[in-house]
Amino acid sequence: MSTTGTTTGGNGHQDVKLPIYLDNHATTPMDPRVLEEMLPYFCEKFGNAASRNHPFGWAAEEAVEQARERIARLIGATAKEIIFTSGATESNNLAIKGVAEMYSQKGNHVITAVTEHKAVLDTCKRLEKNGCRVTYLPVQADGRIDLDDLKRAIDDKTILVTIMTANNEIGVLQPVEEIGKICKERGVLFHTDAVQGVGKIPVDVNAMNASLLSLTAHKIYGPKGVGALYVRRRNPRVQLSAIIDGGGHERGMRSGTLNVPGIVGFGKACELAMQEMAEESKRLAALRDRLKARLTKDLDEVFVNGSEEHRLPGNLNMSFAYVEGESLLMGINDIAVSSGSACTSATLEPSYVLKALGTGDDLAHSSIRFGIGRFNTQAEVDYAADRLVEVVRRLRELSPLYEMAKEGIDLKKVQWAAEHE
Amino acid sequence: MAYSDKVLDHYTNPRNVGSMDKASPDVGTGLVGAPECGDVMKLQIRVNADSQRIEEAKFKTFGCGSAIASSSLATEWVKGKTIDEALAIKNTDIVRELALPPVKIHCSVLAEDAIRAAIGDWKKKRGVEQAVPVESKAGD
Repeated sequence: MSTTGTTTGGNGHQDVKLPIYLDNHATTPMDPRVLEEMLPYFCEKFGNAASRNHPFGWAAEEAVEQARERIARLIGATAKEIIFTSGATESNNLAIKGVAEMYSQKGNHVITAVTEHKAVLDTCKRLEKNGCRVTYLPVQADGRIDLDDLKRAIDDKTILVTIMTANNEIGVLQPVEEIGKICKERGVLFHTDAVQGVGKIPVDVNAMNASLLSLTAHKIYGPKGVGALYVRRRNPRVQLSAIIDGGGHERGMRSGTLNVPGIVGFGKACELAMQEMAEESKRLAALRDRLKARLTKDLDEVFVNGSEEHRLPGNLNMSFAYVEGESLLMGINDIAVSSGSACTSATLEPSYVLKALGTGDDLAHSSIRFGIGRFNTQAEVDYAADRLVEVVRRLRELSPLYEMAKEGIDLKKVQWAAEHE
Repeated sequence: MAYSDKVLDHYTNPRNVGSMDKASPDVGTGLVGAPECGDVMKLQIRVNADSQRIEEAKFKTFGCGSAIASSSLATEWVKGKTIDEALAIKNTDIVRELALPPVKIHCSVLAEDAIRAAIGDWKKKRGVEQAVPVESKAGD
């Protein structure tokens, strides 16, 4: 990345400070208002929220309870139903393992989807090692599950369905209200990883009949290291086995001293999201659509991955045929985005989410994920579009695949001499 | 991932990008890799039949920065060499020159394969015995 500084980018781009951050699904910058809310809780009001006997503890506890209330309000829950954790990965672990253990007498079958976050998939794999049966539902080409597949998969041993609200790679929204309805009818608990959806689209635990819901602060302009798990208390009351022991905090569900400043920040981030979501989602969708329009106008053979209708407002995941993702990222080195290419992952595996869509490995290798957020401007989006177009064109000049395609060769029919892998 | 200066240089200023006429009798074309793997390299050489020297080389690559750099470097190195000298180029030489990290070693392997495939193609056209067959190397 080039060093930070204001630059007038080429082609008359003004007031674009480089590098530009367009990777808001990975994490988000903290909103300065959130930071301000947190500051007193580091050096002045530094008490342990569990210290019941003095004002230091009481002040911390009060702040935590206010945050709890703010978070609950954002998702249509009550404060007592919010359990604080170290982040959504922990929340997902707690929800899935906690239910599996608590309800083991009732059954040992869990249903999830192939496009879930690794925090869910890897936890399910561990359950399988411990004797549970897990069904991984496929997704259709638009990235959504087929509700009939879900209905067919539920049996009398099913204790949990866990399907995310919004996907982190392709931004696609699952039909969570219908899923919740089916689960309720069949008497099965429904957990949803709502990390990417909370604060961006309306999320209501009662509208979706959610039994459990994971959320985190750092995707909504809050601090890293703090998340929450919503645990329903009524209709039905959900019980969990804790996965961390020691002191019985958070109603016995999650022991450990609370990260008070982090929680305060989380609460503030949720309050801001609630106030600003309607306006912000319109603005971000417009920026996203502008980026997409520019790219599809100036480049041929570019494809959007996943449903365009059921999608997070700030997400765009596109494949640029004949150009590999990592080389693309290298070319736009003053813009932060991510790619589904194998070359960008430590394991050299292409994105399993794109694979699940049936995208084809070659297009998975050519994909870029853009996550537009609160602090992105139209000037930044225009700059990004211009750079992308420039680099894609340059790399296509270097690409033997583009050359072959232009000659009219059907790449699917070629016998490739794949020497490795 | 931090790229070495040499990889960045080859990526930003690739040498010998382009295509030669596949049908020409003194051109050898090597096409290796596969789109599903995320790496495809096309390397072409023009050989002087009398001197057996590679007079010109061109490449095109679909792949990451390290793959582009490896194939760009390969064209630089083969130019001016005889067929036999070019066959002596090893992927480890490329790794060293570009300071490739372990996870990118396979890019250098593919570049070496591309050189051999191009030479093999040229030899086949001229009815000369096959070049040293392209082997799979456990490079990672």
